[in-house]
Amino acid sequence: MGKLLTWVDDRFPLTRMMREHLTEYYAPKNFNFWYYFGSLALLVLVLQIVTGIFLTMQYQPSAEDAFASVQYIMRDVHWGWLIRYMHTTGASMFFIVVYLHMFRGLLYGSYKKPRELIWIFGMLIFLALMAEAFMGYLLPWGNMSFWGAQVIISLFSTIPWVGHGLAQWIRGDFVISGATLNRFFALHVIAMPLILLGLVVAHILALHEVGSNNPDGVEIKKKKNERGIPVDGIPFHPYYTVKDLVGVVVFMIVFFLIVFYAPTMHDLFLEAPNFQPADPLNTPAHIAPVWYFTPFYSILRSIPSIGGTAFPGVITMGLSIVLLFFLPWIDNGLVRSTRYRSGLHKALLLVFAVVFISLGYLGTQPPTPTLKTVAQTLTACYFAFFVGLFLVSRFEKTKPVPERVTH
Amino acid sequence: MASDDVDRNRRRFLTRATTVVGGAGVVAVAVPFLASMSTSARATAAGAPVEADISKLEPGQKVIYKWRGQPVILAKRTERLMETLKNLAPRLVDPMSKASEQPPYAQNIQRAREERPDVLVMILICTHLGCSPTWRPEKAPPDLGPDWPGGFFCPCHGSRYDSAGRVFQGQPAPKNMAIPPYVYVSDNRVKIGDDKRG
Repeated sequence: MGKLLTWVDDRFPLTRMMREHLTEYYAPKNFNFWYYFGSLALLVLVLQIVTGIFLTMQYQPSAEDAFASVQYIMRDVHWGWLIRYMHTTGASMFFIVVYLHMFRGLLYGSYKKPRELIWIFGMLIFLALMAEAFMGYLLPWGNMSFWGAQVIISLFSTIPWVGHGLAQWIRGDFVISGATLNRFFALHVIAMPLILLGLVVAHILALHEVGSNNPDGVEIKKKKNERGIPVDGIPFHPYYTVKDLVGVVVFMIVFFLIVFYAPTMHDLFLEAPNFQPADPLNTPAHIAPVWYFTPFYSILRSIPSIGGTAFPGVITMGLSIVLLFFLPWIDNGLVRSTRYRSGLHKALLLVFAVVFISLGYLGTQPPTPTLKTVAQTLTACYFAFFVGLFLVSRFEKTKPVPERVTH
Repeated sequence: MASDDVDRNRRRFLTRATTVVGGAGVVAVAVPFLASMSTSARATAAGAPVEADISKLEPGQKVIYKWRGQPVILAKRTERLMETLKNLAPRLVDPMSKASEQPPYAQNIQRAREERPDVLVMILICTHLGCSPTWRPEKAPPDLGPDWPGGFFCPCHGSRYDSAGRVFQGQPAPKNMAIPPYVYVSDNRVKIGDDKRG
């Protein structure tokens, strides 16, 4: 065994990689509950890829057969229902885990220097994930699949001058059709997963280059022992692999409770109109995207048309995501962790979280004039957060940051 | 050969020239791949006119036909709706349909051909983001509020149109819905997609 390993190591840096990324990657010893979600996101990615491969074996990507083949998977393929519900539940769980992972970044300033690139790779993963989820949602060819895709692709048609041609190029037809379904299938099963995997590797390599942040926002590399190892660091393996295993077990319990008992999650994870085949003549009475898009969807529909075009709404929604990319530069505070920042900063974060969740809730509701006003106010609050962060981070009074991590 | 014989300018020129030629090659190769994604010849060809029958339509009712894969509504408006069309101008974005798509014979307040002004033939696709609005001819239903004169309501983003598909002010939708070319081949038969009777 040892000989074989030496033989491999002479030709491929196996042991060196294991050391660099696992047994001799020193992570701060004070990781808390919030630090589960990174490894859980990786777990869900693997689950999605594995269940996806098996679904591809049975699914037919054509307008005529797609809906029926999904029903075939649900009824006739042995354990097909389990594999498909794992995949649909996995999609929603991916976003839950990723949103919590991102909020962790906000809480402890993990996007701040020198971790800006980790954050940017992470944001790109988030974008790729949205594209992946959106294209996956068309594949069952249900009525919500169809009209959801119609709305999102029409976003592109609002771009001045080139919009109509661009939207038609994306669809490959005048309307959503089999051509659209086929290309979305190709992108969903090949292109986006490849991009996602590449970005995940970049995200982790960037993280391991600069080292992990922690709930105190203290740089552990500043205090090293005589062997050059951070005194507040512990090897990722076995310490955090074992800790993350506990997270995996708890996550799996929740995950399978949903898969077995509430796979539609009361219309949140799988919407009722999607149990009907796509009907190009009949928009569902109440159309809403899946829950993970609703905060941005609320922002989109709260903006009225200006000057004969719906483009401002699209721009505003785009801006709500693009601004997140610039967080490392919007937030100019020197202290990373919220633990040692001002009460005003804590309040801002709390308001932002509440606003985000409220926008998400409003996005699932039918648009009434009252709710529209509420959504407009919340949209203003969403953007006010970035202005607030910009100002507060320049003028706030912070507490002293400890030399070493606290516990 | 001694290393100080290297002509750096020549090297730089060759590197740049290779990059430019290679880049042009990449662009040229990308063209067929990107063009393969545009609307195929088969999809372009499938757009023949359809004939609709409105003989069974009572005032307030509608029927939907598919033309070029898009829903086209044929709605018979009640007398009350026809009256409202005349008074809605101050609440509309474009009461005379100057910015919207329609054949010249449908550019009037009814947005219909003169021989049957009560029958609306319209592509039922919201000008906001392409949903298909619902026909709500009733006056002031509880979910649409007391101001509702009857018309079209888009369930996706709440855009409101009057019963001629003209959009109200302050809606997500920017324009009135489009009217396709159409013609009455007989009293109760409408040809959609073509305005020549032949």
